[in-house]
Amino acid sequence: MQRQIDIIVIGGSAGALEALSQILAVLPRDFQVPVVLALHLPAGRPNLLPKVLADKCWLSVKEPDDKELIAAGHLYVAPPNYHLLTEKNGLLSLSVDDPVMFSRPSIDVLFESVADAYGGAAAAVLLSGANEDGARGLAAIADAGGVTLVQSPESAAVRTMPDAAVKLSRVDHLLPADELGLRLVSLAAARTP
Amino acid sequence: MKPRGDPDLEIPLLLEAIYQKYHYDFRSYSAASLKRRLVSALNHFGLSTLSQLQDRLLQDAKVFAELLRFLTVQVSDLFRDPSYFRSIREKVVPYLSTYPSLKVWVAGCATGEEAYSLAILLAEEGLLDRTLIYATDIHPESLRMAQSGVFDLDRFARFTQSYLEAGGKGSLSDYYTAAYSSAVFDRRLRKAILFSDHSLATDAAFAEVELISCRNVLIYFEKNLQERAIGVLRDALGRKGFLGLGQKESLRFSRHAEVFADFVPDDRIYQKL
Repeated sequence: MQRQIDIIVIGGSAGALEALSQILAVLPRDFQVPVVLALHLPAGRPNLLPKVLADKCWLSVKEPDDKELIAAGHLYVAPPNYHLLTEKNGLLSLSVDDPVMFSRPSIDVLFESVADAYGGAAAAVLLSGANEDGARGLAAIADAGGVTLVQSPESAAVRTMPDAAVKLSRVDHLLPADELGLRLVSLAAARTP
Repeated sequence: MKPRGDPDLEIPLLLEAIYQKYHYDFRSYSAASLKRRLVSALNHFGLSTLSQLQDRLLQDAKVFAELLRFLTVQVSDLFRDPSYFRSIREKVVPYLSTYPSLKVWVAGCATGEEAYSLAILLAEEGLLDRTLIYATDIHPESLRMAQSGVFDLDRFARFTQSYLEAGGKGSLSDYYTAAYSSAVFDRRLRKAILFSDHSLATDAAFAEVELISCRNVLIYFEKNLQERAIGVLRDALGRKGFLGLGQKESLRFSRHAEVFADFVPDDRIYQKL
């Protein structure tokens, strides 16, 4: 059964940038579902990620300010040294609470907030990474009835993160990155305008 | 662990109970991170529902005091976001130095890192002797820790790096004395800072100041409470006074925006008109 997807969240760590680029490259110009991203990055240097990603996709890429309204056609990138969360009223929130699994932004924090705010209308994608952040969050998305997608461990640059997710959560789609992108396109196409 | 019960129903009840009983107002805090904090508090107390927690804290003020730590504490760094402090030093200090005496307010000071950072900066610019820094928070235990000026020594490697990136003119070690595994800031800094209890959610402005630093505090508030808090900051700032916010906080959509001008946009420093 097809369902309506109102938000896509993506998490990743070591080795995720390449997979992410492949996914973004597949998303068409009129892609309507907002995308929110938490990627682990070394803190303390100027964040080049939004610029790097902007060159790879049609979406408008930005680091959101606190309490920014989530809008279609955007890719929101968690700023370094902040957790990024979604609220039930469609806003993004930031926090400087303690790192989770040594990470800020933490993928678990983002995914769990999305599971809470969007329930079954969320799709979550977990990519390559060298720690287990994101697995709990993915399980929360699954429990809330959302769609879960994971980069297949054998296709991931570092398989720790996908392996942890498979172990802890129901995974609906276990695929290489380019196919994950196509799957997102078909999930988004099922949206009623 | 996921809490049992119905957190979406129980959280507003719990916050109302806290407000009625203890007069701390968390009712308009950002829901997503507040929920995370409450869930970790539940785990800490070994309870499975928020209703149980409500029952406990209504009967025992010590339980509430302990919960307060979960609801309020944010650990910051000395000179967090060095470019902010560099801008204060290079662009704001030239204005401040024209005043015969100065008042500075660090709103939401937690354990004091921001207040000590500003005290060091003002000392190096020759302004500390005529400055009074108010540093306020709602958490009594944080205020006590801040007032003691004692910090773990193992945090000072990072502090030192940020101090230098922020344009520090000497050596950070000029400002503290290390003993065993901790460091205590010099009396000269400590006596320039007045730590006290103040809530942006329930209190009003208490003094007129020339500079307010309120960073990564508003992010914990919903928009209506953000507006209230910004109103308090606005009331406390004198004409041409400066307001510094966190890197991802902005006055752009605030109804108070009209009385402020961008001063250093990249570092979210505003000047009151």
